[in-house]
Amino acid sequence: MSSVRVLVGTRKGAFILTSDEGRQKWEVSGPHFAGWEIYHINGSSVDPNRLYASQSTGWFGQLIQRSDDGGKTWAPVGNKFVYEGVPGTHMWYDGTQHPWEFKRVWQLAPSLSDPDTVYAGVEDAALFRSTDGGQTWQELAGLRSAKGHLWQPGAGGMCLHTILLDPSKPERMFVAISAAGAFRSDDSGETWLPINRGLRSDYELPDAAADVGHCVHNLAMHPERPGVLFMQKHWDVMRSDNAGELWHEVSGDLPSDFGFPIAVHAHEPETIYVVPIKSDSEHFPPDGKLRVYRSRTGGNDWEALTNGLPQENCYVNILRSAMAVDRLDSCGIYFGTTGGQVYASADSGDHWLPIVHDLPAVLSVEVQTLP
Amino acid sequence: MIRVLLPTHLQRLANTGREVQIAVAGPVTLRAILDALEDRYPVLRGTIRDQVTYERRAFLRFFACGEDFSQANPDAPLPESVASGSERLRIVGAMAGG
Repeated sequence: MSSVRVLVGTRKGAFILTSDEGRQKWEVSGPHFAGWEIYHINGSSVDPNRLYASQSTGWFGQLIQRSDDGGKTWAPVGNKFVYEGVPGTHMWYDGTQHPWEFKRVWQLAPSLSDPDTVYAGVEDAALFRSTDGGQTWQELAGLRSAKGHLWQPGAGGMCLHTILLDPSKPERMFVAISAAGAFRSDDSGETWLPINRGLRSDYELPDAAADVGHCVHNLAMHPERPGVLFMQKHWDVMRSDNAGELWHEVSGDLPSDFGFPIAVHAHEPETIYVVPIKSDSEHFPPDGKLRVYRSRTGGNDWEALTNGLPQENCYVNILRSAMAVDRLDSCGIYFGTTGGQVYASADSGDHWLPIVHDLPAVLSVEVQTLP
Repeated sequence: MIRVLLPTHLQRLANTGREVQIAVAGPVTLRAILDALEDRYPVLRGTIRDQVTYERRAFLRFFACGEDFSQANPDAPLPESVASGSERLRIVGAMAGG
């Protein structure tokens, strides 16, 4: 019988939630790394027992933990993230240039072919790769050559928060950075191009259609259609049908097109999910109603999914890495909130149940579908 | 032996108790103690000071003999009582965050 393992990073530790394919009864393991911020935990698709976790605090800095037994035990691996060469500068809040300074790892993306190869997206924005199971890390510095001097931190910091690996073209990958935009490499991370044409940031940038500077919150793709990308931007839900060459807006009839995460159904490449948030200054659902919105048409036409979700007095946020899908026949959707709830739907979003109510604020959710 | 007190999170990382005892060859300075500590517990590299610049992490403090050595020259000798082990060097997570 198949099962699912939900990997939850929170402000004060990691939690691992497991269930059989019914996804009604859950076992909760944790907190792992109690007291530490766990920005992300992710598992290898090649070896599901190989997990990587980003562990940090303001006091003690950054560690990377690795598990080889599905999260039962962990061991710290390498935590030395050094920018290649002279780090250079990027745009600071006041328009001056500011040196690149490593702060933390936001995202860990294990390779699709080798459990010992893993990518790390960091703040200040850069991409690192390890080919020895996380023991050592090397920067893919070509990314910062993509107009890095013009990148500027957003309110959440200048973080590389999203890494997508193309399963059909091993040399292709996508990343997203706040507040720089989306970028693509077609040569295994050596060189990069901004892929932000079609984005408009009328209230955030002097040139609303600039090459870089857009506050991209999250990207998603369906593994069987990796040329189609979906984006939750600061404002606007966007879509590209040509690997980011050109984007068009698909916000349609959403009650708000501000939000953080975006996800694609495991078996329906045109079914996508977002969680509208009221605005950039009011990070909670409109009208105090927690609603996931689903489009079965790849955007523009959206339906509210509310069954099992609080429909009054709900003022949590759902952060950019806190929504994921499983790959069971009846696709499961999961998301975590800053109020410490993790919700699951075992039927593509039609019905929801909380797995847990009272965790620390949830920073990230990933799901592994186990045979 | 030099006696060093670690904050809780670093004890867990190093899988050790609150006090660790380490030997230091040559003059007993902050740098020499931290070098020896990191050699014995490599997992602590980067958690107390930056791995490249060796600057103290902003929210950590070094106390001994009722004094704060956090801003002291890391190559200056520490008091004889620390070197002899009669006083402990405390690595402290500073109060921060409200």
